[in-house]
Amino acid sequence: MTTSRAEQPVARYDIAVLGAGPAGLSAAVAAAAQGSRTVLIDAGARPGGQYWRHRDGDDGARHHGWSQFRRLQRESAAHHLLDHRFGHSIWHVERTEEGFTTHTTCDDAPRALRSRTVIVATGAYDRQLPFPGWTIPGVFTAGAVQALLKGQGVPAGKRIAVAGTGPFLLPVATGLAEAGATVVGVFEAGLPTAFARHPLAALRSLPKLAEGAGYLSTLRKHRVPYRTRTTVIAAHGTDAVTGATVARLDDRWRIVPGSARQIDCDTVAVGYGFTPQTEIPLQLGCEMARDADGSLVARVDSRQRGTADGVYVAGEACGVGGSQLAVIEGELAGLHASYATNGSLVDRRRLTRLLRRRAAQRSFAAAMHQAYPVPDGWQSWLDEDTTVCRCEEVTAGTVRRAVSDLGATDPRAVKLYARPGMGLCQGRVCGYATACLVARANGRQPTADDLRGMAARPVAQPLTLGALAAGGDDNSL
Amino acid sequence: MTTAPLSFTFTFDGEPVQAQSGQSVAAALIASGRRSWRHTRVEGRPRGVFCGIGVCFDCLVTINGRPNHRACLVEARPGDTVTTQEGAGHDDLAC
Repeated sequence: MTTSRAEQPVARYDIAVLGAGPAGLSAAVAAAAQGSRTVLIDAGARPGGQYWRHRDGDDGARHHGWSQFRRLQRESAAHHLLDHRFGHSIWHVERTEEGFTTHTTCDDAPRALRSRTVIVATGAYDRQLPFPGWTIPGVFTAGAVQALLKGQGVPAGKRIAVAGTGPFLLPVATGLAEAGATVVGVFEAGLPTAFARHPLAALRSLPKLAEGAGYLSTLRKHRVPYRTRTTVIAAHGTDAVTGATVARLDDRWRIVPGSARQIDCDTVAVGYGFTPQTEIPLQLGCEMARDADGSLVARVDSRQRGTADGVYVAGEACGVGGSQLAVIEGELAGLHASYATNGSLVDRRRLTRLLRRRAAQRSFAAAMHQAYPVPDGWQSWLDEDTTVCRCEEVTAGTVRRAVSDLGATDPRAVKLYARPGMGLCQGRVCGYATACLVARANGRQPTADDLRGMAARPVAQPLTLGALAAGGDDNSL
Repeated sequence: MTTAPLSFTFTFDGEPVQAQSGQSVAAALIASGRRSWRHTRVEGRPRGVFCGIGVCFDCLVTINGRPNHRACLVEARPGDTVTTQEGAGHDDLAC
């Protein structure tokens, strides 16, 4: 179909918002309301991202901030300047003369969307630490267990151990208990008392603390034990999980001698915080930094601008901070990207209010990161034959020998010598752990460069050679 | 677009599996008590869902003869023939 717009040598969209979770939805709604031609792109079949993952006809009973989601969803669906591309998996964002071309695949067919600016709102996924037995079917990420329950209505197992660190373990365990599964325990590796040292941050975020207290009381009601400085250090079984070993940890997360005990379970749900999805800011040359939680994040200014021209970043990709911070950052990004493309003015009081709320949420996030650190004692849980890279089946011993025997000084070299991070997931799962193992084997702490070595992905999603070869312009619809 | 019935069956390695409308292949397999549907390329170890959100590629499975579907993302459809994937299936991925 030929339209006059398609013939013009200009981008069809002012703004492409990459990701339709809390940050992306908020950004897209704000941008369209400012008069920007906006496209919202997500790999999922419906908006919401991981945080508001839901089923058709979901009443939202298991979700926080559901009314906020429904409002954003309604406004995003209704706005005539806002187009949606769900089921579109983004594999590359290319800088062009007019701005950007976002390459996606939808049902294996290639598509390309042109825009003047991009707002990266790609979110995060569970951060994992390897441990003996973590590749046995029945060990899931905490996020997988939550996605199966919230998105599919399926409890991941019958007797479930929830382990790792961070506040996310609580809603996961609570959801399982309420769905009728037996949660054999919540094993929190940390000792989250550092929180008390941040009275101001805590006061400003009372609703979040109340949320946490609500989860704990639900767990008590279901008689679920909550243990701190304790975690699952091994899973057992051959074709499926039949049990796990739980042990006490010292303050550096080394196993307290004699504290290991066997537990009976068919499922282990683990998560050690979150890893932001940063391949797009990396592809576009944004400056990155190592955040307080040890994650690689894109650096942004007060307008959510990354250091690369025309690239805005909102939500977890510029620092893990939860859905409320993501919604605020998304709105800021949408407003500023609109101003940059069409000059639409924003009420100064609105910006001031958003910046104040962003500062409060960020100080809360910083306090949480301090309350739930990941010290490197977890490396002592690994045997030499513990798998680190699940895709290429590379062991901890192989990674360490790449340093000790082959002289690799950084994760990128280890990746080339021993192949961790070279499989289908491209280091998404093992990247953090590999960077930490290599840094420690070299007698130092991991740096942003170490993390970047495992996170740079020229092609963000696997795709078929056919899709790569074919064209596919989605701008003249 | 056709509407799938509320509840239907597909087969996994020849056995019938019950699925709800809109459910992913992985969710239906887990609900049926199954844990794995792939053997790894190098060591032949069983794998099923790990990340559940399309990040890790552990849950790859063969559907209607085509390998490398992420079972956690693909919706189950009535009459699908789902089979355990051995290794890489056949390689048609560019990277």
